[in-house]
Amino acid sequence: MRNTQATKLIFELSQPGRSGVCIAESDVPNQDPAEWFPTGALSATPPPLPELTEPDVVRHFTNLSTLNMSVDTHYYPLGSCTMKYNPKRNERIAAFDGLAQIHPYQPEDTVQGMLQLLYGLQNMLAEISGLPVVSLQPAAGAHGELAALMLAAAYFREQGENRTIVLAPDSAHGTNPASARMAGFDFVTIPSCSDGRVDIEKLKEQLNDQTAVFMITNPSTLGLFDDQVREISDLVHECGGLIYLDGANMNAILGITRPGDFGADMMHFNPHKTFSGPHGGGGPGAGPICVTAELGAYLPKPIVGFDDSSQTYFLDNNRPKSIGRVRSFFGNVGVLVRAYSYILSHGPIGLKRIAENAVLNANYLLSQVSGFLDVPLGNRCMHEFVASAESIGKQNGFHQPAMDIAKRLLDYGYHPPTVYFPLTVHEAMMMEPTETESKQTLDEFAKTLETIVQESPEVLAMAPHSTIISRPDEVQAARKPIMKWTPKQD
Amino acid sequence: MPYVFNTDDERSEMLAAIGAESIDELFNCIPQDMQLKRALNIPAGLGEMELTAHLQALSTQNKSINEQTCFLGGGSYDHFVPAVVDTLASRGEFYTSYTPYQPEVSQGNLQVMFEYQTLICQLTGMDVSNASLYDGGTAATEAMLMAMRVTRRTQKVVVASSVHPEYRQILETYFACIGTEMVVVDCGIGTMQAAAIAQVVDEETAAVLIQNPNFFGNVEDIATISEIAHAQGALLVCSVDPISLGILQRPGDAGVDIVVAEGQSLGTPLLYGGPYLGIMACRESFVRRLPGRIAGETVDRNGKQCWVLTLQTREQHIRREKATSNICTNQGLFALRAAIYLSVMGPQGMQSVANLCTQKAHYAAAELIQHDRFELAFGNGFFKEFVVRDTQNDVQQLLHQACENNILAGLPLGRWYDELADCLLITITEKRTKQEIDDLVNILTQ
Repeated sequence: MRNTQATKLIFELSQPGRSGVCIAESDVPNQDPAEWFPTGALSATPPPLPELTEPDVVRHFTNLSTLNMSVDTHYYPLGSCTMKYNPKRNERIAAFDGLAQIHPYQPEDTVQGMLQLLYGLQNMLAEISGLPVVSLQPAAGAHGELAALMLAAAYFREQGENRTIVLAPDSAHGTNPASARMAGFDFVTIPSCSDGRVDIEKLKEQLNDQTAVFMITNPSTLGLFDDQVREISDLVHECGGLIYLDGANMNAILGITRPGDFGADMMHFNPHKTFSGPHGGGGPGAGPICVTAELGAYLPKPIVGFDDSSQTYFLDNNRPKSIGRVRSFFGNVGVLVRAYSYILSHGPIGLKRIAENAVLNANYLLSQVSGFLDVPLGNRCMHEFVASAESIGKQNGFHQPAMDIAKRLLDYGYHPPTVYFPLTVHEAMMMEPTETESKQTLDEFAKTLETIVQESPEVLAMAPHSTIISRPDEVQAARKPIMKWTPKQD
Repeated sequence: MPYVFNTDDERSEMLAAIGAESIDELFNCIPQDMQLKRALNIPAGLGEMELTAHLQALSTQNKSINEQTCFLGGGSYDHFVPAVVDTLASRGEFYTSYTPYQPEVSQGNLQVMFEYQTLICQLTGMDVSNASLYDGGTAATEAMLMAMRVTRRTQKVVVASSVHPEYRQILETYFACIGTEMVVVDCGIGTMQAAAIAQVVDEETAAVLIQNPNFFGNVEDIATISEIAHAQGALLVCSVDPISLGILQRPGDAGVDIVVAEGQSLGTPLLYGGPYLGIMACRESFVRRLPGRIAGETVDRNGKQCWVLTLQTREQHIRREKATSNICTNQGLFALRAAIYLSVMGPQGMQSVANLCTQKAHYAAAELIQHDRFELAFGNGFFKEFVVRDTQNDVQQLLHQACENNILAGLPLGRWYDELADCLLITITEKRTKQEIDDLVNILTQ
């Protein structure tokens, strides 16, 4: 039974005079703080937060948690997000006192174990990417993109070149163009061919002495490996530009091929995707970047170094060409610890198996759904594929085909695929099963999808029928935004 | 392979369904000369027992704050974390879920975001909050970029030297790319002086960035700074210590336009610097220029109150190169921790913790300067951190001596401020006892 009392807004549960903590009196003599601060600096009253007991808080948030779908509870084939299982051993490890309860400004000789771990992770990411120099500092994939583009700008400045343009295909994540702008570049979109690959002729037209970076997601957001990637990188390099690899889809190619080997100069990893860091309801992630030896000097600082003579690890801040900092302290260490633990759990054989099974599962699911859904980009894919609900929708009279099918999936207990992305496929449904799902789950999911596309348009249009809410009015939410609770006026 | 399901038999069945001979065939789209054809040169995979032992061994090579007394701060603080925060945040339904793109099955996370935004507004006195950014430093940077969009001034910003040096380094990195001039105002006496800012803020200035309490722990005169900034049409951006708002005036009540903060103090352990929580809140009129996710209230098709991600047309997945920021994630799990922390603390808890911090900090400072060797660099207008000068100019020896006695005595400031090379920044949270403070004083004055 649903507890609706506990899931009222926490402000509505508040009762004046309640408290969730009991804080001891000060063990030093109390003085009047007014003597210490400028006039008006002190507040007459504490902030008007809600007043609750600890059991109130526990029941409230526990009940709220049950209103979510999650990887622990549901199949979550959300394309481009790599919603794989989050190993529990990594959670326990990340909570070890010696990893979680250390201050970022402790002397280096008191954190040698942490520095060794981070140094080890740098080396493993260098090997997996084929790009030898690594910064673990960026806080998310988009942050890694931005840092790498800043690095490219610094590199060109030092070369005495004024290159102002960043290019990416139309299937790119929205973060690519947004990062390019934040790094001070102009952005140009390169169209894709109908087979999903970059249109090389169109790319050639845009390449010139203004070209700074071509950003490519490979495998792409369409779930395809662009076999022209080396030709593309040769073309970009010939005109003096750099290649950035958006590593969102590394799960498909771990141990199979390496960005550094197919022409990339810079890339980021998404450890919260590829290396199983829990997504946390939308973060935290991390966005370590790997670059060529030539570009290494420009990476954000510090990175972790190892001093041979003293056999100690250290934070290397002595990097005069570095672009500087992009984040305070070292980085999203908690996410990096989980990535380290995950990579070590697998080793070289295990990592390759991840890619093999992720690709096998995606191809298998593709084979199971292509009988009733269009898969416009062919019958093979990497770790994910993009189906289109356009023609089945037309045929069966669905109102908003991809949306309606997605919403109906909720009734059957599945998290839907990513819909309406990439923008290049109409009524797109992007499915990424990941390697941590069974054939039985994929079979059931495919069967359910097949059932749904045969249902009446009315049933779909009104879906979901079984969730606590259905089809919230997003237009109203945006037109008259209510972004916080306010007390009711009597 | 602990997390992969497919058995050999299943693999064969699946390949047959696909119409492929082998798994290798599925990778034929990758040209042979691009394939690695060797094993990755990384250590062999470990079982859970060996893995745990290995990480335990690495962990024990670090000295945690449970094995020593921590007087280190500078943006990362050893505040007490109530058990409920860990217990609730470790529910799989929270930490293994993703961005609430499907509101029907994400009402838990969306309501948490909405409650978090409200709690941040209550704490800061601002109109609206986003659902969080990466950390305090990047939040300060995003706030300055936002101020440039709001004021349409892109030439120049003014930043106090009493803002966290690493935050200023981040600003430098970002501004180097877009050509914005960053004027740093010296705060040699420990706070930002009205006359010094008035000299540099002009009609081209997009915003003034201050920190309160500032990096040295001192409380700034926000009202005066606000007047000076606003007189020139510049915005005032203030990075605050959220714990201090238990007793200090809320920035929204003092004329601040955009508030940012490092939210680690609100229920997150030290974690060697991250992941943390970037707090950002602003005036209502700026909301369409705010970066990051926002949860909003609406109704569903049956008129039932619910929550969704809103104003997404600001964001990169819709607006691409015209987005307010490239930010894609928020720090959902840490916003959750902050929401739980603030809920369980309540107004009285926040006031008590803030009061304990400042009382104990002033006690510690007073005890230290009873000894000739030490003096306060900037007087006693500080909250929970203070700068103490070693008149014998041997900070390294002090730190070493303390370390020998399992005390992290403080942060040497010479790495960022030449003129403070003989100074330590000492931080006192509510966790420090009188005994621990007395021990610190004893060790440093031996």
